[in-house]
Amino acid sequence: MGGVDLFTPEMADGALSVSQLTRAARRAVEGGLGGVWVVGEVSGLKRYQSGHWYFGLRDERSQVRCVMWRSDNQRLPAAPADGTRVYCLGEPTVWEERGEFRLTVRELLSTDVGGAWQIELERARKALERDGLLDPARKRRLPRFPRCVAVVTSRDAAALQDVRSVLSRRWPLAEVVVIPTLVQGEQAERDLVRALRAIARTDADVAILTRGGGSREDLWVFNSERVARELASAPVPTISAIGHETDVTLCDLVADHRAPTPSAAAEHAVPDRLEVRQIVDHLARRAAGGLERRLRLARERLARSGDRMSTACGHQVALRGERIEAFAGRLDALSPLRVLSRGYAVAQLEPDGRAARSADQLPPGTAFRVRLADGSVRAESLGPA
Amino acid sequence: MSEPINFEDELRRLEEIVRALEGEDLELGDALTLFEEGVERVRQARDLLREAEAKVRELGDGVA
Repeated sequence: MGGVDLFTPEMADGALSVSQLTRAARRAVEGGLGGVWVVGEVSGLKRYQSGHWYFGLRDERSQVRCVMWRSDNQRLPAAPADGTRVYCLGEPTVWEERGEFRLTVRELLSTDVGGAWQIELERARKALERDGLLDPARKRRLPRFPRCVAVVTSRDAAALQDVRSVLSRRWPLAEVVVIPTLVQGEQAERDLVRALRAIARTDADVAILTRGGGSREDLWVFNSERVARELASAPVPTISAIGHETDVTLCDLVADHRAPTPSAAAEHAVPDRLEVRQIVDHLARRAAGGLERRLRLARERLARSGDRMSTACGHQVALRGERIEAFAGRLDALSPLRVLSRGYAVAQLEPDGRAARSADQLPPGTAFRVRLADGSVRAESLGPA
Repeated sequence: MSEPINFEDELRRLEEIVRALEGEDLELGDALTLFEEGVERVRQARDLLREAEAKVRELGDGVA
């Protein structure tokens, strides 16, 4: 802690220089208080060429000098008039050159305008929360391949151009329906409600509500409870992109999806056709691979069937062969030739070769053949023996 | 292209076809039919992705 060190040993006479004193005081003040909210009445506000504001903040008994740098005050629509009651978020410090206690104001809320807005915003947020409209479980999923995208925004804004160019680059298959609306000013709330209601009359399966960056005041209509409720009751999933990433409005809280910029909202709304193309290509390759495998399977099965068929055929042939052999054996046993081989002979009549079964069939002088095992000879009957 | 294509359905059907083709128990004739259907769907999807042009219209005052 850089506290007040009044007894610096280097000081022979024990005295501080003025600079040392004011610096020490500044350290003490800055270290001890930090950022605080202060409420009071503005007095003697001066705007300098540099853009910085200097003014007093006072109540019935005291007053403090304040400075609000240009970088902080330029977000405000106007400087507060003298006598305005304001809430200031400031850092107490000591201006060393003048030895003056001072408040460096970072944020200034007028109870006339900003302060009242802040209070209204908090009330609206609570009301929406009470009705469950901020419940994350309420958020709907966005369609994967929307066929129609509604864009609720100002007709001439850069935001619309951004959204349109992203939509047509990524997913030109979707029809885009622009629902123009005022996005700031007194008529904006009524007009936004009307535009959001019109979503139901389109074929949209997803809706984007967007507005480019602007001051807090410019974006304020998107904190309107009526607008937020209308957005919540949209018949299709909604994407909200209001202002810059750091601006979060009630509409952003109520929408099914929140995007940091208009372009990002469009990216959320539709898929990228190149990615989808890759998915389709992948499926096509898998289909071809599947068919290829199926065909190979069929060929293999066919080849196997062929093998089995020829094996089966061979078996059948062999079986039949054996049976034929058996028949042949039996035929052989029955063959008259077997009898002849045992030394018998048969007399065959001319001319048809019928076997003679009686001696009467061979009267003397009859020519006939005698069949032996290895051949026949011609013979003539000499009469009964 | 007369009928607007629904990509969700399209991809689901393609996925079905691919799964069937990758499966075991498919008649060869059915496999060929499915494959032909798949090829046709892939072709249509690719054409759409290539040729589509963004249609933008503004909701007129009368409608809005």
